[in-house]
Amino acid sequence: MAYVSIADRDHEIEHHDPQTFITKYVWSQDHKVIAIQYGVTAIFVGIVALVLSVLMRLQLGFPDSFALINPENYYQFITMHGMIMVIYLLTALFLGGFGNYLIPLMCGSRDMVFPFMNMLSFWVYLLSVIVLLASFFVPGGATGAGWTLYPPQAISQGTPGIDWGILTMLGSLALFIVAFTMGGLNYVVTVLQARCRGMTLMRMPLSIWGIFIATILGLLAFPALLVSAVMMLFDKLVGTSFFMPAMVSAGEQMGTGGGSPVLFQHLFWFFGHPEVYIVALPAFGIVSDLLATHARKNIFGYRMMVWALLAIGGLSFIVWAHHMYVSGMNPYFGFFFATTTLIIAVPTALKVYNWVLTLWQGNIHLRVPMLFAIGFVFTFTHGGLTGLFLGNVTIDLPLSDTYFVVAHFHMVMGVSPILVVFGAIYHWYPKITGRMFNETLGRWHFWLTFLGTYSIYLPMHYLGFLGVPRRYFAMGNTDFMPESAQTLNAAISVTVIFVALVQLIFLYNMIVSLRNGKKADPNPWGGASLEWQTPDTPPKHGNWGHELPVVHRWAYDYSVPGQEQDFTPQTVSADEVPVGRDHGMEH
Amino acid sequence: MTITLVFLGAIMVTVISWLLKQTLNTEPWVSDPAADAVSGTSLDTSNKTMGLTTFLAVATSIFALFISAYTLRMQEPDWRPLAEPALLWFNTAILVLASIAYHWTRNAAVSGNTARLKPGLLISGVLTIMFLGGQLIAWQQLIAGGFYVWTNPANAFFYLLTAVHGVHLLGGLWVWARCTTKVWTGAEADSVRLSIELCTVYWHFLLLVWIVMFGVLLST
Ligand code: HEM
Ligand SMILES: [Cu+2]
Repeated sequence: MAYVSIADRDHEIEHHDPQTFITKYVWSQDHKVIAIQYGVTAIFVGIVALVLSVLMRLQLGFPDSFALINPENYYQFITMHGMIMVIYLLTALFLGGFGNYLIPLMCGSRDMVFPFMNMLSFWVYLLSVIVLLASFFVPGGATGAGWTLYPPQAISQGTPGIDWGILTMLGSLALFIVAFTMGGLNYVVTVLQARCRGMTLMRMPLSIWGIFIATILGLLAFPALLVSAVMMLFDKLVGTSFFMPAMVSAGEQMGTGGGSPVLFQHLFWFFGHPEVYIVALPAFGIVSDLLATHARKNIFGYRMMVWALLAIGGLSFIVWAHHMYVSGMNPYFGFFFATTTLIIAVPTALKVYNWVLTLWQGNIHLRVPMLFAIGFVFTFTHGGLTGLFLGNVTIDLPLSDTYFVVAHFHMVMGVSPILVVFGAIYHWYPKITGRMFNETLGRWHFWLTFLGTYSIYLPMHYLGFLGVPRRYFAMGNTDFMPESAQTLNAAISVTVIFVALVQLIFLYNMIVSLRNGKKADPNPWGGASLEWQTPDTPPKHGNWGHELPVVHRWAYDYSVPGQEQDFTPQTVSADEVPVGRDHGMEH
Repeated sequence: MTITLVFLGAIMVTVISWLLKQTLNTEPWVSDPAADAVSGTSLDTSNKTMGLTTFLAVATSIFALFISAYTLRMQEPDWRPLAEPALLWFNTAILVLASIAYHWTRNAAVSGNTARLKPGLLISGVLTIMFLGGQLIAWQQLIAGGFYVWTNPANAFFYLLTAVHGVHLLGGLWVWARCTTKVWTGAEADSVRLSIELCTVYWHFLLLVWIVMFGVLLST
C-alpha cells in the first residue's frame, strides 16, 4: 500500500461558519454554494446559447424570412453558440458545478483544500462570462470566426467582429482558463489529499474518478488554448505573423507574411480534442453512478471502468489531428492519427458494454434520473459510432465540414452530456435543495427532450451524406441538394423550437419545487455513496457535523445477497450490516 | 509538437502509472479492514506542496507548448534567426544566483535560523528584480537595434517567451513580497518555512525553464 497512514488532517480545515448573508451566499467559500453559483451561471449562459441556436435554425429552416438575421449575425450566433456550449456551459457545469458539489461530499471532506482560491475561481469565471457576453455590445459585435477561431479569417477583413469581438473572446477565454486552473488545482488536491479515513482511491465513486481525470486533462490541455489565444492576440494587436500568412485583402497587400495557420490548428486541437473528453469523462462517471443506483446493482467492471477512464484520458492527447484531415498537413499524419483515434474507441466501447451489463438483470427503477441515464447510453453509442466513421481518413474527406459532422458531435457532446446534466440535477436535487421535484413533469421533460433531440440530429446525418455543408448561412441553388433537403431543414427547425420550449418545463419544475416540492428524504434513492449519508439535508457548512465519516466499503454495495436492505452505505462496517430481517437500519 | 508531447507524455505516464499502481490488485468489493484504516491522504506532503506541484505541471505544459510552437514556426522560410544580446548571459548568471540565494534562505528557514531570513529574502528578491530589469534592458537593446516584435517571427517569439517567463517570476515575487513583509513584521522561521520552501522550488523551476528556453533561443 502506498497510502500514508498519518493522523487526520482535520486541523487544516478551519471552522469559521459564515455569519452574514454576504459571506454566506455571495463571497462564499463553501464548496456547495460555489457549486450552485457555478451551476446557475453556467445554465444562464447555456440558455443564451440555446436562444442563439434557435435563431440559427430559424434562418436555416426558413431562409430570409427574418430580417434580423443576416449573414453577419448568423456567423456571430454560430461562434458564440459553440463556444458557450462547450466551454462556458459544459466545462463549467461539470467541473465547477458538479465537481465542486460532489468532490468533498463524495470523498468525505469538509470542503475543498483551498477554499479562498475556490471562491476566486468562481468570480473570475463570472468575469469571463461577462466579458464574453459583452462581445455582443462592443463596436462591430461578437466575433464570427466559428468556435474554432481559425486564423487568418478570425482576424481578417470579411469576418464579423475582427476588431473588438475577437479581443473580448480571446480575453474571456484567458480569464476562463485562469478560473479553471484555480478550481482545477482544488479538485485534484482535494481528491488526492483530503478524503476521509477508509476512502481508498478504489473506493471512490466513478463520478469522482471521471471529474478527477477530466480535471487533469483540463489542467494540461487548457494551456494549449491559452498559448494559441496569446499568439493570436499578438498577431491581432502587435502585427506579428505567428499564424498570419502573406495576404492580399481588397487588392491590398497586408503587412503580415509567412505565418502558419496550420500551426494554430495544431495548437487549437491539441486543446480541442482533450476538451471533448473533459466534458465526456465527468458525464461517463456520473452516468455510471446513476445507472448503478437506480438499477440497484453494483456497477459492472468497476476496475475496468477506472482504467478505461485513465486510458481514454491518456489517449485523448494523441488523436487531435483527426480534426485536421483536410487541413493540408502531412498526409502520413492522417495514418497515425486515424490509428490512435480508432484505438481510443476500444476503452470507450468497454464503458458502453459495462453500462449495459450493469442494467442487465438489474432491479431497474425507471425514475427520472434513470431515464436520462439510459437515454445517454443510446445517444452516446449513436454518436460514438459515427465518430468511428469520421476517424477514417477516407471516409472523413467527403464528410468533413458537412452536417454529418454536426450530427456526430451534437449526438456525442451536445445531447449526451446534456442528458447526463439533467439526470444528475434530478438525481441530486433532493440533496442540494432538500425538496423533491415533480416526477410527472420530469418524465415529460425527459421524453420530449430525448425524442425531440433525436429527431433533430438523426436527419442531419442524411443531410451530411447529401453533402450539405455546415456553417453556411444559405444553401443557394445547387444540384446536389434536392428540394426535400430544405423541407427537412424546416422540419428540424420546428422541432428545435419545440425542444427549446420544453426546457421551460425543466426550469419551472426546478424553481417551483424549491418552495412547493415535498420535503425530501435524506436518501430518497437509497444511495450507498457518502453524500447521501450527511447528517443534514441539505448539508450544512462543513458537511459532516462534528465527526468526519469513516468508510468501510466501496460505493456500489447494492442488492448484496443475504443482506436485509438492498443497499449498504459506505459508512457501514462489516459487523454492522444487518443480516436477515430482524431489524431495519437507521443512519 | 514533439517537445510538448514528450513533456506531457512524461507527466501523463507519471500520473497514470502512479494511479494504476494504486488501483491494480485491489478488489474494492471485498471487505478489507486494512483499507478501512487507510487515511484519505494519498501522499505524505502538505496540501500546498501538492498544489504547487500541480501548478508546475500546468506551467510546464504552457512553456512546452510555446517551445513547440517555436520549433514548428521556425521551419517556415521567412524565419531569420535573432542574434541574442550578450547581456542575456549576465542575466542568466543573476538568475542562477537568485536561485542559490533562495536555497540558502530555505536552509535557514528549515534549520529555524530566523536571523538569516531577512538577508536571505532580501538578496533573493533583489537578484530576481535585477534579472527582470536585465531582461527589460535586453529588450531595449533589441529595439534600439531595429529588431521590433513584428519584424520577424524569431523576434516575436523572443519577446513573447521572455515575457511569459517574466510574468511567472512576477507571480513568484508577489508571494515573495508577502512572505518578506511577514518576516519584517517579526514572523518566526517556522511560520514562513513552508512558503519559503515552496518559493525555492518555484525559483528553481523557473531557472530550469529559463535555461531550456535560453538554450533553444541560442541554438536557433
Ligand atoms: C469513438 C470516439 C470518437 C471518434 C472516433 C471521433 C472522431 C471524430 C472525428 C474524426 C472528427 C472530425 C470530423 C471532421 O471535422 O471532419 C470529430 C469531430 C468532433 N467530435 Fe468526435 N469522435 C469521437 C468521440 C467524440 C466525443 C466523445 C466527443 C465529445 C464528447 C466528440 C466531439 C467532437 C466534436 C465537438 C467534433 C467537431 C469539432 C468541430 O469541427 O467543430 N467526439 N470526431
Ligand atoms: Cu476529436
